[in-house]
Amino acid sequence: MSASVAQIGGGCADAPVLRERGQREVFCGLTGIIWLHRKIQDAFFLVVGSRTCAHLIQSAAGVMIFAEPRFATAIIDERDLAGLSDANDELDRVVAKLLARRPDIKLLFLVGSCPSEVIKLDLSRAAQRLSQVHMPQVRVLNYSGSGIETTFTQGEDACLAALVPIMPRSPAPAGKSLLVVGALAEVVEDQFSRLFAAMGIEDVAYMPPRKSVDLPAVGPGTRYLLAQPFLAETARALEARGAVRLPAPFPLGAEGTQAWLQAAAREWGIGKDRFDAAVAPARARAEGALGKFRNELGGKKIFFFPDSQLELPLARFVARELGMNVLEAGTPYLHRQHLAEELAWLPAGTRLSEGQDVERQLDRCRAEKPDLVVCGLGLANPLEAEGISTKWSIELLFTPIQGFNQAADLAELFARPLVRRMKLAV
Amino acid sequence: MQLTLWTYEGPPHVGAMRIAMAMEGVHYVLHAPQGDTYADLLFTMIERSKKRPPVTYTTFQARDLGGDTAELFKNAAREAYDRFKPDALLVGASCTAELIQDDPGGLARALNLPVPVVAVELPAYQKKENWGAAETFYQLVRAFAGPHVPPPGTQRNSGARPRCNILGPCALSFRNRDDLREVTGLLASLGIDINVVAPLGARPADLARLGDADFNVVLYPEIAGQAASWLARSFGQKSTRIVPIGFGATRDFIAEVAGLAGIDPATADAACNLPWYSRSVDSTYLTNKRVFIFGDATHVIAAARVASEEMGFAVVGLGTYSREFAREVRDAAKRYGVEALITDDYLEVEEKIAELRPELVLGTQMERHIAKRLGIGCAVISAPIHVQDFPARYSPQMGFEGANVLFDTWVHPLMMGLEEHLITMFREDFEFSASAAPSHLGLHAPRPLPKELVEAATPPAAGATVWAGDAEKELGKIPFFVRGKVRRNTEKFATERGVSTITLDTLYDAKAHYAR
Repeated sequence: MSASVAQIGGGCADAPVLRERGQREVFCGLTGIIWLHRKIQDAFFLVVGSRTCAHLIQSAAGVMIFAEPRFATAIIDERDLAGLSDANDELDRVVAKLLARRPDIKLLFLVGSCPSEVIKLDLSRAAQRLSQVHMPQVRVLNYSGSGIETTFTQGEDACLAALVPIMPRSPAPAGKSLLVVGALAEVVEDQFSRLFAAMGIEDVAYMPPRKSVDLPAVGPGTRYLLAQPFLAETARALEARGAVRLPAPFPLGAEGTQAWLQAAAREWGIGKDRFDAAVAPARARAEGALGKFRNELGGKKIFFFPDSQLELPLARFVARELGMNVLEAGTPYLHRQHLAEELAWLPAGTRLSEGQDVERQLDRCRAEKPDLVVCGLGLANPLEAEGISTKWSIELLFTPIQGFNQAADLAELFARPLVRRMKLAV
Repeated sequence: MQLTLWTYEGPPHVGAMRIAMAMEGVHYVLHAPQGDTYADLLFTMIERSKKRPPVTYTTFQARDLGGDTAELFKNAAREAYDRFKPDALLVGASCTAELIQDDPGGLARALNLPVPVVAVELPAYQKKENWGAAETFYQLVRAFAGPHVPPPGTQRNSGARPRCNILGPCALSFRNRDDLREVTGLLASLGIDINVVAPLGARPADLARLGDADFNVVLYPEIAGQAASWLARSFGQKSTRIVPIGFGATRDFIAEVAGLAGIDPATADAACNLPWYSRSVDSTYLTNKRVFIFGDATHVIAAARVASEEMGFAVVGLGTYSREFAREVRDAAKRYGVEALITDDYLEVEEKIAELRPELVLGTQMERHIAKRLGIGCAVISAPIHVQDFPARYSPQMGFEGANVLFDTWVHPLMMGLEEHLITMFREDFEFSASAAPSHLGLHAPRPLPKELVEAATPPAAGATVWAGDAEKELGKIPFFVRGKVRRNTEKFATERGVSTITLDTLYDAKAHYAR
């Protein structure tokens, strides 16, 4: 296994992509609120939408969350639609009520939905107006998590992109600073910080921050690493502020994590010895822990349904580090630039698909009899009932999977359904 | 606009999905934006369904809105027919598609498919899930049974054996699988034949046969009430009014059914443990336990009767999120001398529970969360549905076995009689500290009341009433779930008598006063 970033042009770089349009069995961008509202601890997410939106968010987590959530829905009703009440007045009233109940909130997101987009409710103006009313206690921003514009994780992208304009400007002649972009588990952030420090990179910040009042600064000295593959808009917004992306694969698996860290090391001109000294122990530990799973999963056939845009990096990880045979890697959206390194690493011949026609995809899946299917919650049990093992893709967003110390945890997520099937005698 | 943290009901098209999912041979083509497919997981994850719901979504996106969403719908409907070959196609729109006004019914009919098309219009900005289920079921019943309606004045041929339909059992409904088995057994023991069960397990062709029954057993008016009244008008079929939840209601249901069937009710087997268990001396401690009840109308009305008449609890509050049945729930509340809470605002329910401080909450999964926060025992009696509401074991709510299940599940969250005495007598035992959990709650130890709720429920007393140190300390020995009420009562007592400092004596004077 090579630890260096592969040359663009190998693997699947020029591979054809099966593009389909039909029923898409995916969540909309509102779903990201489930993890974002826990990640940014002083933020509140107010969806302006329908009862369907409210029902989606409470259902998508699979379980209801016991603590009072930092999200809610302002449900549009027929009075708002018929013009009997002014939707903006109503929104002001709802926001005032909400903020009175939650004085701990420092940042409020108005989150657009399909109905709010279709009736053209201008939430960016509403956010400006409400910011004027509630600043400095509460800043109000907006983004769209609507299904007509966003698929699942694109909601996080839209949310982070909305934060970029209010990031402080880094002082003019500042040196280089590193920004890690994309929501990560706190334990993973802490591990990365230690590795960067050991390499000699001290000025590291994370986006989104744990508290909205701690937004990192950005400017021409900012070099950023994407921790998640679904951040196209956020990347564009950061670049508009002068930040420069460090191209890298994503930090999944030992190999991916090493290449991701190495992209920063190269930018900072850190020598091979220092880099190796910093990462080698963690990498060796990760590879050791992966060995067991290579035995369990090597040669097994896996099929990815499109869901979170993590599919291609995950397919690369299971193919290269676990020896699995990827039948299809489906993604809702294929960002060629951000995924260039991943595409290069994917074994040549891997079938890539973008978009979805779920019925046709199920036909392909059944015909190929995979050992494991990675799919959404709507498909998992029906496939299990047909005798096909599944892994819920949403768990890959809720579990710390990035970095060296989580490489084996990630492998275990794929192994567990197979172990369980072997174990059960009922 | 309404601020909502959690919702008791989904949108009305989810109600339509529940009907399509419950039936066989019906496929629902839903005009809906990308993301609305989340609803599939309600069935596959919560109900652990082995099949996907028979629903095709158009999943349009922003780029489609500029183009031809109507064409998208037609393609989806045509492909769904070709692939699934249903007996009937149900078509409709979700909330966003309602706004773009593509007329799914007209579009689907224009395809000239070789099967009937039933269009349902479900106003998503006014109505909710149960209404959507009832409306969809009614439209299907009318579409398939309608052509068989006899001319007015036609006399029914009464067959040799009485025959009924069972209406209401549905997908994603609270314990319907087991209720249906229980009620089917009950009717069989009475010698009543079952013509059609719907929507659960029925095909469109079965709906066409609904008229071949003497009467209808309506298990869930929320789902089947509308269809049953149409059947009454069209086929002259009477419907049952009593939902057999609880011992007494089951006996009344048997009498009602026997009356409709013209048979002797005495044949029913009334073996049930609830009456004796409730009279058994160990149940004495249940007497006048304060209970708050919230859920859908059917389960709340039934639970209030069981709680009061069969468990000996005191119903201190009840309410429903089923606005369509507000009148029935208000009437029921009057029987217990309380005001019904009709709301779908979870925060309002939480406030009410905090204010009433019941010893037991019979509610939905939402109230389970509230009760947990407040440290009150809770049993779930109604949807919104949760994976725990589909137990592996047989666990009906209806019939005599259902009454047994209610007894067990409602008593379990309560503190047992002797434990309660010990805690009251030895309040200073270190394990009985004010914040220690009753043993039966195990790890789910109640946490202290959230500060804002305590403050909301116990506003500072008017005037300058202060607590003497020893009285305040004594107050700490009172179980925390009634402490707020004791504090309020004592302060009220003191204020009314112009007592400015509450002493130990004031505390016990107030206790004696309110005990009367």
